[in-house]
Amino acid sequence: MLKHEQIEKNVGLLFILTLFVVLWGGLLEIVPLFFQKSTTTPVEGTKPYDAVRLAGRDVYIREGCFLCHSQMIRPFRAETERYGHYSVAGEYVYDHPFQWGSKRTGPDLHRVGGRYSDEWQRAHLINPRDVVPESNMPAFAFLANAKAKDTVGKDIEAKMQLMRGYANARGIPTYSDEEIKGAKAAIGDMTELDVLIAYLQGLGTALSTMK
Amino acid sequence: MSDFVNDFWNMYVIVIVLGSILACAVLLIVQGKATFTPGKTMGHVWDETLEEYNNPMPKWWSWMFVITVVFALVYLALYPGLGNFKGMLNWTSVGQHTAEVQKMDATVKPLFDKYMAMDIKAVAGDKTAMEMGKRMYLTYCMQCHGADARGAKGFPNLTDGDWLYGGEPDQIKATIADGRMGVMPPHAQLGADTIKDLANYVRSLSGLPNDAVRTARGQEAFTSAGCIGCHGADGTGMHALGAPNLTDKVWLYGSSEAVITETITNGRQNKMPAWKDFLGEAKVHLLSAYVLSLSQGAK
Repeated sequence: MLKHEQIEKNVGLLFILTLFVVLWGGLLEIVPLFFQKSTTTPVEGTKPYDAVRLAGRDVYIREGCFLCHSQMIRPFRAETERYGHYSVAGEYVYDHPFQWGSKRTGPDLHRVGGRYSDEWQRAHLINPRDVVPESNMPAFAFLANAKAKDTVGKDIEAKMQLMRGYANARGIPTYSDEEIKGAKAAIGDMTELDVLIAYLQGLGTALSTMK
Repeated sequence: MSDFVNDFWNMYVIVIVLGSILACAVLLIVQGKATFTPGKTMGHVWDETLEEYNNPMPKWWSWMFVITVVFALVYLALYPGLGNFKGMLNWTSVGQHTAEVQKMDATVKPLFDKYMAMDIKAVAGDKTAMEMGKRMYLTYCMQCHGADARGAKGFPNLTDGDWLYGGEPDQIKATIADGRMGVMPPHAQLGADTIKDLANYVRSLSGLPNDAVRTARGQEAFTSAGCIGCHGADGTGMHALGAPNLTDKVWLYGSSEAVITETITNGRQNKMPAWKDFLGEAKVHLLSAYVLSLSQGAK
């Protein structure tokens, strides 16, 4: 039988066996998730992000919004009272990668869609303290100066193709050729601020009115 | 019904989980039977004199592993974890949430029912109801209307007794429940000069400094350009449309000539979201009373 001493004195063997132990956990905790209906089937009403929202999502990621905002409402009454219906796995099927976040310096944003008006979102992103004096969120006024088509929307067709690949691999509804062709036109002359607001206003609306 | 796409994954989870626990147990037993020679070292020396004995693990440590194995088996019997097996306690996170909500509802529902049966004005005079209302206001409303309810640029002050859509209890309730969509159309087609005249006239309505010549021209344009359609011939506005009273010295966007010019030129859009579906009628009722109470004492 393999002796402890043999493993300790052989770095290569130690490495392989350590890797095996780590993979063993993943084999059990990660792999079955790919074969569960609740994690792979979109919840009714969940649709692929349209071109504008997909571009807005890239602004969200680029600016690191996920560092202070989660998108994951846990099934606790204190959270569902404030944010709305708890999040379910089937709502994230079009998120690559998901934006769950891990820390709430600001509030959860998973059901922020429609909660405030577009005008509020605009005023708040340009300078949060104009509407919430107590806020410590940074101002994102500069987003209004950049056209989305020059930055996050530059290669929007390629991004949509990629997302379509993910969706096809799971056999769930995805973009049509026309939607991908019309992506640039849909973004048009919108600023980064516009597309980010479009993204935020679409968040979590599939289950927003259920409690 | 199983959540897995087929039964293989059910077995996959069960076999690996139980197999792993069994392997841990076997390893513990084998290790417990291994013999050690007291005083024997691993045969290497560091830092001149540092040597390492090859002793067994302390007993209490081994027992910790035994307890872990037993805990795992008990846990898997009680809670979901083994494939499709739901566990003997039938526990789910959704079930826990529902129970938590029901428990709280049993406490607060009688309160909400009591206030629901009361007139909004009467609720506004109830101390407990207003404490509840304040909590809800600070959770759901302060983002736009401010923690002090005095609003912000573009978001109405709720304490000043001035109402865009009316301050009667039922009007407030309708505003919260169904939301409002305020639209001031853009009037750039009037030309910069006429807009400047109008801005001066609007300023004159609330006694702000203005250019008399422009004000006189603006007064004519106020009628000819159709401003009276929403703001009324005397500029006092219209609650049905949410058209602001221009004579009351309350300004949603600002009273400077520049801001008024911007408002007339580009128009304004302002939306109050609907809360009926999210909050439910009982909370809307209570919040209406709270909002009503905020302006009591104003004017």
